Amino acid sequence: MPGMKVLVIEDDARAAAYLAKGLKEAGHVVDVANDGKEGLFLAGAEHYDVLIVDRMLPGRDGLSLVEILRATGNDTPVLFLSALGSVDDRVKGLRAGGDDYLTKPYAFSELLARIEVLVRRRGAGQPQTRLSVGDLEMDLLSRTVRRAGREIELLPREFALLEYLMRNAGSVVTRTMMLENVWDYHFDPQTNVIDVHIARLRQKIDKDFPTPLIHTVRGAGYSLRAAPAA
Amino acid sequence: MTPFPKLLRTTTFRLALLYLGMFGASVTVILWVVWRTTAGFMEQQVADAIAADIALLRQEYQFGGLPRLIATVRDRSNDPHTNAMYLVLSPHGVPLAGNLSGWPKVMPEQEGWMHFQVAPSGGPHGQPATASAQGFVLPGGLKLLVGRDMSVLDTLRHRMVASLGWVVAVTGALGVAGGLLLSRRALARIEAINRTTRRIIDGDLADRVPRTGSGDEIDRLAANLNTMLDQIVRLMEGMRHVSESVAHDLRTPLTRLRSRLELVLIEDTDDPEVYRTALQETIGEADALLATFRALLSIAEAEAGGRAADFQPVDLAAIARTAADLYEPVAEEKGLTFTADVPDAPVPARGNPQLLSQALANLLDNAIKYTPAGGRIALRVDGAAGRLEVADSGPGIPADLRERVLERFVRLDDARATPGNGLGLALVDAVARLHGARLELGDAAPGLSIALTLPPAAEGGGPSAPASRAGG
Repeated sequence: MPGMKVLVIEDDARAAAYLAKGLKEAGHVVDVANDGKEGLFLAGAEHYDVLIVDRMLPGRDGLSLVEILRATGNDTPVLFLSALGSVDDRVKGLRAGGDDYLTKPYAFSELLARIEVLVRRRGAGQPQTRLSVGDLEMDLLSRTVRRAGREIELLPREFALLEYLMRNAGSVVTRTMMLENVWDYHFDPQTNVIDVHIARLRQKIDKDFPTPLIHTVRGAGYSLRAAPAA
Repeated sequence: MTPFPKLLRTTTFRLALLYLGMFGASVTVILWVVWRTTAGFMEQQVADAIAADIALLRQEYQFGGLPRLIATVRDRSNDPHTNAMYLVLSPHGVPLAGNLSGWPKVMPEQEGWMHFQVAPSGGPHGQPATASAQGFVLPGGLKLLVGRDMSVLDTLRHRMVASLGWVVAVTGALGVAGGLLLSRRALARIEAINRTTRRIIDGDLADRVPRTGSGDEIDRLAANLNTMLDQIVRLMEGMRHVSESVAHDLRTPLTRLRSRLELVLIEDTDDPEVYRTALQETIGEADALLATFRALLSIAEAEAGGRAADFQPVDLAAIARTAADLYEPVAEEKGLTFTADVPDAPVPARGNPQLLSQALANLLDNAIKYTPAGGRIALRVDGAAGRLEVADSGPGIPADLRERVLERFVRLDDARATPGNGLGLALVDAVARLHGARLELGDAAPGLSIALTLPPAAEGGGPSAPASRAGG
């Protein structure tokens, strides 16, 4: 989803410039603040779709910045960037009001995928009982999946994985995001376990149908969408 | 630097001196008491005897007059064994009776006592004797003196003073010698520790403090120092090993990465696909590097240990089910039979769920990696024992190498061909230690079994334990 308005609050000018360049090339509008004070001012003065906040900033650190934003009723999605990678730091970040947490160094594709999902999720609104992508339908109450009217048997975890893909249909979903959201694993297993799970899911969802729904996005992850990749 | 001031500065020597002082004071008090009870007692006896004599002679004079007094005095004076002294003078100063030649030429002291020297009067030693006497005037102007030869008492006094001197001298000498000996011995042992420490500071880390085996304070100090040194050496070796391994494991791929980029530049082609491929491969290598880096950080996090305070109640069964769920397809994809034996009931423990999950994931990852197709992998959870176990039918690890594989970056020769960074089991080990868990590598005959046994959840005494019981 191009055309998002993004505020990057990052004190390292070069890192901020790379980030801004990448985001602009992905079609987004980017503002950059180089310290917490300026960031807080911009975030309060303008409307942004998402904030990318470095956790350690001179003047005012990222955590308290987001806490202040939340206290003043600003609920713009926040993605924390941090050099601190422990589970604890992540929990602290989320508790302060962050919506997601990414440890440096990160792949730009990972960051892009995450902010798109954050913004999309914000627009999703009330809870759904049915999800559909193309001719694929999922009933969250009866926990059944049909494609082109034919019922597909899924194991519980396959169901959870597909549900996550369908909720974020059209967006790129990285392997790390799947591990975090489906298995609650906040670390990277040594093997590419996700690829095996996706392969299994493809066997059931795509194999017997002419148009594939699960697409591999090179260097980033996977995407579930009805139309073939552009 | 003379050794003496150094000696004076030592605690032991000061204690020895203090001891010597106390000991000397005690001896002095004892001697004083002995003096009082012997010499003092004898003096008192002499005084009593003289008083009795005077009383008697006074009576004799009162009832028998001068002749009777003179007779009695003569009679008593003539006893050759007597140590008594008598003298009776007429009012004009003429000696009438007694064994003294004349009135002593000394002034009476307190209570009329006179102390004087007398010429030898056939006494036992034939030496000049000291005497103590009382003199007084009888009615009619007669002067009477009654005294005693004090030689014996004096001799006793002299002997006592002499022996007191000896006692003080010997006590002092023994105390000083003992103190010096003690302090020198203790000083020598502490000096030995200091010498060793200096050698270690100078870089000889293999050196150890000599031990006497006596188990006293200094020996225990030496033992503790040695244990501390062992620990430091272990840590340093670990650090050195890690830095060497980091240098190798990070430098090699970094070099490869750099060469690749350089080669592409040298190639100087117009085909953008060449650049694209090179960049993608570079990113792949960078990702592998970052994965190694992350694994190192995870180990560091687990080893930091302080996080044990943030432990929360975890369900080992749930952790195992999630891991099984994630890895079962991976194992099957490789042609392995995967079985998970996990109880339905929760297996409560206290810990860091992410680190425990990561440890279990690493175990499953390894098992899948090293077990050839057609093999078996079994994940078992023993609810009663709080044990997670992963067994495979792979090549296993020889018993003598099992300790080594827990070290960072250690990869057995057979494993070098397999992708991996050699950090998987090191993380498991670090997580086990953080949780106070027992990590056992065993023989699954054939294959390897690794079991992680967590301490019972109740031991942690978490306030959430009763709550979870009420909930279940």
